[in-house]
Order: sequence, then C-alpha cells, then structure tokens
Amino acid sequence: MIENRPLLTAFSHAVLILGVLAVAFPLYVTFVASTLTFDQIMSVPMPLVPGDQFLENYSQVLTAGSTKGSKAAVLTMLFNSSVMALVIPIGKITVSILASFAIVYFRFPLRNFFFWMIFVTLMLPVEVRIIPTFKVVADLGMLNSYAGLTVPLIASATATFLFRQFFMTVPDELAEAARVDGAGPMRFFWDVLIPLSKTSMAALFVIQFIYGWNQYLWPLLITSEESMYTTVIGISRMLVGGDAANEWHLIMATAMLAMLPPALVVVLMQRWFVKGLVETEK
Amino acid sequence: MAAVSLKDVRKSYTADLQVIHGISMEIADGEFIVILGPSGCGKSTLLRMVAGLESITAGEISIGKRVVNNLEPKDRDIAMVFQNYALYPHMSVYDNMAYGLRIRGLPKQEIDARVQKAASILELAGFLDRKPRALSGGQRQRVAMGRAIVREPQVFLFDEPLSNLDAKLRVQMRGELQALHRRLGTTSLFVTHDQVEAMTLAQRMVVMNAGRAEQIGAPLEVYARPATTFVAGFIGSPPMNLIPRDGKLLGIRPEHLEPCSESEAAIVADVDLVEPLGSDTLVYGRVSGGNGARVAARLPAASRVQAGKLALRCDPANMHWFDAATGKRIEA
Repeated sequence: MIENRPLLTAFSHAVLILGVLAVAFPLYVTFVASTLTFDQIMSVPMPLVPGDQFLENYSQVLTAGSTKGSKAAVLTMLFNSSVMALVIPIGKITVSILASFAIVYFRFPLRNFFFWMIFVTLMLPVEVRIIPTFKVVADLGMLNSYAGLTVPLIASATATFLFRQFFMTVPDELAEAARVDGAGPMRFFWDVLIPLSKTSMAALFVIQFIYGWNQYLWPLLITSEESMYTTVIGISRMLVGGDAANEWHLIMATAMLAMLPPALVVVLMQRWFVKGLVETEK
Repeated sequence: MAAVSLKDVRKSYTADLQVIHGISMEIADGEFIVILGPSGCGKSTLLRMVAGLESITAGEISIGKRVVNNLEPKDRDIAMVFQNYALYPHMSVYDNMAYGLRIRGLPKQEIDARVQKAASILELAGFLDRKPRALSGGQRQRVAMGRAIVREPQVFLFDEPLSNLDAKLRVQMRGELQALHRRLGTTSLFVTHDQVEAMTLAQRMVVMNAGRAEQIGAPLEVYARPATTFVAGFIGSPPMNLIPRDGKLLGIRPEHLEPCSESEAAIVADVDLVEPLGSDTLVYGRVSGGNGARVAARLPAASRVQAGKLALRCDPANMHWFDAATGKRIEA
C-alpha cells in the first residue's frame, strides 16, 4: 500500500511512541531503582536518573540475597532458573517430537485415541491439576529437587500437536524415498525429519525457555529450601511486608537479573524464532 | 540388471475395493516398459507394488529370480524416481545422491566415484554443492535420476517423472531418458498418463484401464492394432473414431480418412468444426443420419473444407472392428 498522508504518519508515530514509552518506562524505573540506595527510593519524588549504587546492589543480591527477606544468593537462583528453563524445553522437544513421529508415521491400534488423549490435556492447564501433581511429586520424594522442578512440566500437548502438524506437511514421497534408499524409520527420523524440524524446534525452544523461566506457581509449591529457589520465587521471598519494609533497591536489582536471560534468548534466537513460525523448509 | 515377472498380481484395499485385477507380464532384462493409463487406473499402484511401497494382495512379483513379495524396498534392488522428485530439501545435491550409498555402508571413495560419474552423465557436476531449492525443475529431475543411477539397481522405476516439467523441458528430458537407457541398459518401468511419452519411450507398453491391462505390446503395434475400444480411444490424438455399424463398432483413425465423392464414401459427416493446424487440418463432425457418432478426420493442410456435408473414404485395410458389447477387437 502506498500512501502519502503526513498527518496520518505523524499520528501513527505518536501512538507507537506512546506505546513504547508505556512499555519501556517501568523497565527504566526498575533499572534506576536498582542503582539507588534504599533511602533515595523512599524519598518523594524518587530520582529518575541512575544512582551510584549499581555495583553494591548487584553484588549484594548476587552473593547474599536481601538482608531482611530471603538471604539466598541470587547467583544460585539464576542457576536454578537456568536449569529449569533449559531442561523443560529440551525435554519437551525430545518427548513431543518422538511422540508426534510415532503418531504420524506409524499405524498402531488406538493411534488416534492416543493422539486425542494428548490433545485433550491441552484443555487442562497446570493450575487445574496442580494438587494431584503435587501429591505425586511429593510421594516420589522429588520435592526440592531439579527433577521435581522440571519433570512434571515436560509433557506437552502443544509441542506434540505442533510437530504433528509439521510432520503432516512433509510429503509422503520423502519417507518413501528414504525407504527405497534403505533408511529405517529411526534413520529417516534422524537424517530427514530432525533437520527439517530445526526451525520449529528453535521457535519452540524460545517459547518454552521463557515458559520455564517464568514458572511461578509450581516452584513456589515444591521448593521450600532456599538453595532450590528459582529467581522468580526469590523475588517474592524478598518481599517481607509493608512498602517501607521491603528493600526495593535489592528487589529491583534481582528483577533486572531475572529479566536478562529471557531477553537474551529472544534477541539471540530471534532470526530462528521468526523463521520457525513463518516458514518451513520443505 | 534383471528380468521382472508379474504373475496375476492383484491389489485390494478392502474386500469390495479391488484396484488391480490380476496383471501378468514378463519384462525382459534391459527392457523399457511404459505403463500408460488414465488417472486412477491403478498404474502408479502397480509400480509401487513392484517397488515394495504397497503390499501385494495376491499374485507374485519377482525381480531376477527372486520372489520379492515380502521384501522391503531396500532389499529389492530397485531405484525409484518420484513425480515430485522427493529430494531431501536440507541436503546438497551430492548428499542427496550419496545418502542411499552411505546407508549401505559403501566406502567413501566408491561413493564419491559413483556420484561424480552420475553427475557427469546428467551434467550436474557444477551443482553438487547446491540445495535442491536452488535448482530449476529440470535440474531437480536430474538429481532425482542421479539418486537412482548411483545405486546401480537392477530395475529403475519411474512414477510420472516428467509431469511436473514444462512442455519444452519434458521433450528434452524424454530424449535424455532414452539416451540414458541406451547407455545403462537397465530394466525400466515407467508410469505415465501421457501417450506421447509412452509412444516415444517404450519398447513395450502396457495400457491399463480400471485395474486391468487392456493391451501389452510394442507402441506401434498397439497403435496399429488396438485390442479394445478403450485402447483405440485412449491412444492417438484425436483418438480413433468409433462408429456403430451392423451391430459392431467400426474404428478408423482420423488420419486414414480422406475426402472423396459421395458414391465411394465410407462415411458422410456433418462437419461442424474445422481446425487448421498448419501441418494438417483437423475436421470434426457427426456421422450423417443414423446415430450421429462424433468423427474426426486429419486431412492435408491444403484441403479446403467448410462446415456442411463431407464424404470420407477409408482403405478397408485400415478399418478396425470391435465387438459392441465387450469392446474387444474382432480379427478380420
């Protein structure tokens, strides 16, 4: 569409700039607050230029957490969060790509029944089945462990569905050509399907990394030891009471740290991510 | 290389749905066989049964001296070229050709030698590093053939390999296929719905209709002596005229009709369409009186024909008679 209407252009830019400010300003305030002292934050109005406490605040939370609330080091939490945010997508992709491979390429009894059973679980969010899941994990002795943090979140109908749809668009002749070439099913899976699904896997990885990183309710339930806290839980454990009791400068520093890895993953994998959502290499 | 033999081969999907109704034929070592038929006649299914991609409900297929009914495609020593080429999109041309050989565990130098040789035969040497999507349709087609050649199989199976190409390229690839067969002499089975491909490529052809082989024979023989009205109507463009006469069907090829005086006419047609093609002129009309069957005649370009009555004669030697009920040829 070619249009030359300067007023409209100015208006749409104004709207966009407003939108950007609305999103970016809270982030900026968070960053500024993480570089101030507690007293500076509490003063009215709060300064809007970065202060000189950057190193102090960040090294304090990274190594020793807050002083009044949780004293778990954020460094440990970042590590826990990373484990969770990496194991969940990798596990999800592995399990669901194998499941969809079976569903699409093999004829076995009750094949459709199993697919629909997986599909139906899409309708049950984690929150709905959280009590029974907690009971199972507790009985298996997986509280306060990485397995407990990740395994229950690995099964994924969404990913299975996504790969199934992708496999169904792969021409049958490709599988037949591989058969004539002498490739067995797993060889075909490994040599042909996996390389073709690379972009879908990347897109899924980004989405699931953020999903894993931002998990709140589940880690809140099953972690009671400070050494197993994830960053998101860590932030909430630093909140101890009323406004003046919270060490906002340290909480904001932790929040900044919690935001960094997902942002990095999105920025670094953006090209792959977009490719995986819009095109398929066939 | 090997002979292929089909003995009363049948395929049914369910008890009521039979798609191949018993086909038997012997294919000699090194022969180029074309299976020709309209869409849905079962020709691709038959080829896929030879390949091992479809199970065989009844009958026996052997390649060489081995019965292959229950062998996996990879154990049948065949190579197949698919209609849409089925190249692995993420592999280079080289890897596409080498893939099957790697699975077989051939030594690296052997693979390289075979791929290079196939590439030079097919003029693909400059494209070995490219991905299939960076190739034109004709080049992809050649890669698909290269993938078959490097295997050095006993039988080549082609499933409408030229139908995705534009008309000009198709003619060129047809020539290359012929040259390739002369050079390698591998037994080949070629499925197509294009009669020109069948006529030009086949040493013998199988005309299929509704799961049955209507006629098996050399192209010119099939053209000159069609065994059934289906074959008569399917091969030739325009197809053979079939005119009901004396309770039988009279078949005359359009090119065997020529204008004449009313007294010696075999048929008189009411011409309603004249198509001058330059090389010759096609004339269409209905037989005057009686049932009014459609007729077509191929006349010399010089003939001036206009809509209206046209008397046409035909050498009795070029007349074919078919049973009206069964459609089978009646030998004179």
